Amino acid sequence: MKLTLKIWRQKNAADEGRMVSYEIDDVSPDMSFLEMLDVLNERLILDGEDPVAFDHDCREGICGMCSLVIDGTPHGPEKATTTCQLHMRKFKDGDVITIEPWRARAFPVVKDLVVDRSAFDRIIQAGGYVSAPTGSAPEAAAIPVPKEDANKAFDAATCIGCGACVAACPNASAMLFTAAKITHLGLLPQGQPERYDRVVKMVDQMDAEGFGGCTNTGECTAVCPKGIPFETISRLNADLLKASRG
Amino acid sequence: MSRSTPVATRPRPKTPSPAAGPLKRYRSSVGKKAVMAVTGAILVLFLIAHAIGNLKVFLGREDFDHYSHWLRSVGEPAIPHRTFLTAMEVVLTVAVLLHIWAAISLARQARQARPVRYAARPKAHENRYATHVMRYGGIVVLLFVIWHLLDLTFGAVNPKGGDAQPYDKVIADFDPSRWYITLFYVVAVILVGLHLRHGLFSAVQTLGWGRQRRYPAVRLAADVVAALLVIGFVSVPVMVTIGVLN
Ligand code: SF4
Ligand code: FES
Repeated sequence: MKLTLKIWRQKNAADEGRMVSYEIDDVSPDMSFLEMLDVLNERLILDGEDPVAFDHDCREGICGMCSLVIDGTPHGPEKATTTCQLHMRKFKDGDVITIEPWRARAFPVVKDLVVDRSAFDRIIQAGGYVSAPTGSAPEAAAIPVPKEDANKAFDAATCIGCGACVAACPNASAMLFTAAKITHLGLLPQGQPERYDRVVKMVDQMDAEGFGGCTNTGECTAVCPKGIPFETISRLNADLLKASRG
Repeated sequence: MSRSTPVATRPRPKTPSPAAGPLKRYRSSVGKKAVMAVTGAILVLFLIAHAIGNLKVFLGREDFDHYSHWLRSVGEPAIPHRTFLTAMEVVLTVAVLLHIWAAISLARQARQARPVRYAARPKAHENRYATHVMRYGGIVVLLFVIWHLLDLTFGAVNPKGGDAQPYDKVIADFDPSRWYITLFYVVAVILVGLHLRHGLFSAVQTLGWGRQRRYPAVRLAADVVAALLVIGFVSVPVMVTIGVLN
């Protein structure tokens, strides 16, 4: 396959940045999207140019490092799939592909396609934890959890913190990410003691980081590689309103 | 290729100001959405009553004018003339102002949250039209309401002026020769309907009642309420213009 890539290039946080076009031949349909970028980068390095910086780590869809807004869609055209798990067979010979970083004030560009997502860490630090005594693992059957709750909590816990929800949201809101954690911990007995305190702290941190507010458009779930359900946001809302009523 | 991720270490002092008291909580992005949901619900209840009242025009001049008189004299002599109507006007005005305040501040937060826009036009994944219908549609709805009050409440832009009887004002307003006024009302009311379509669904989600298994029913109910209101409101001007009412 022959492709034209339009890639956002930005030297550093201070640089203004611009879209740059690259032609690339002999792309195999079996390559992953990131392997295709690796091929481009090898060529750029041989040509003495600066390779395109992009985030990645596990390349198996579990770490949440890879990102990229591909033709306007975070993680590209395949539903419930991270960029590292996206394959070039999803594209056609001759395609022009636009590749941009996540766009949000709270996710400043570090270089090219790499953004700083530590705002997410700070949201988690604000309340996305449970306090438990350390020591040997507790007896598994000591705290019963209804199966339904366990399922929903687990679904919410599969969030890999990639930030695609923010990238897709017309308001650059971090609600789905925050709500996933609120739901995960709020449905489990271990999460109860800090439940209402947690939601207040995490929402405050989310606003302080400069994310937008949620207007219930549902763009986030549509692109989320883990399919975090939209109802998590409503669960967060319910907890926050309950916390507000005192 | 080695890991291309430069470690981003730019600690920013982002400690949210501590929440003081329950009112403060409504200043968070989630709190503002709750304000929008509750004020929106008040306005929808009013619209339902308003639409039902309008239909009295089909019962004839006497019923319609009597209904309008009743709105002003209800409760007399126990409560002074126009108490009910004035109370309602105050509640509605406060609701509209709060709704707009929350909308503007959330729209501003959203704009600041994404300083650099995407080069690729983001594809609609879910219902991206919702943001346009709500924000720009909301402005058009507001302008329409102002016109509508000047027209049929104060009579300033009504051919019959302010002192005429309600029935005469309606008939003169939507006279066949003034078909463009009717067209304007129809278009505006449809916009109100689209606003409500997303607004009703959104309110349920914001108030914490959104769950995956309920979404289809909630969306359907929102569509049905919005459609019934549009039909109810549009029927009066259209029937006058085509000569069924005169
Ligand atoms: S909610 Fe989904 S899109 Fe958002 S960070 Fe988690 S996994 Fe990524
Ligand atoms: S690189 Fe780990 S999820 Fe894509």
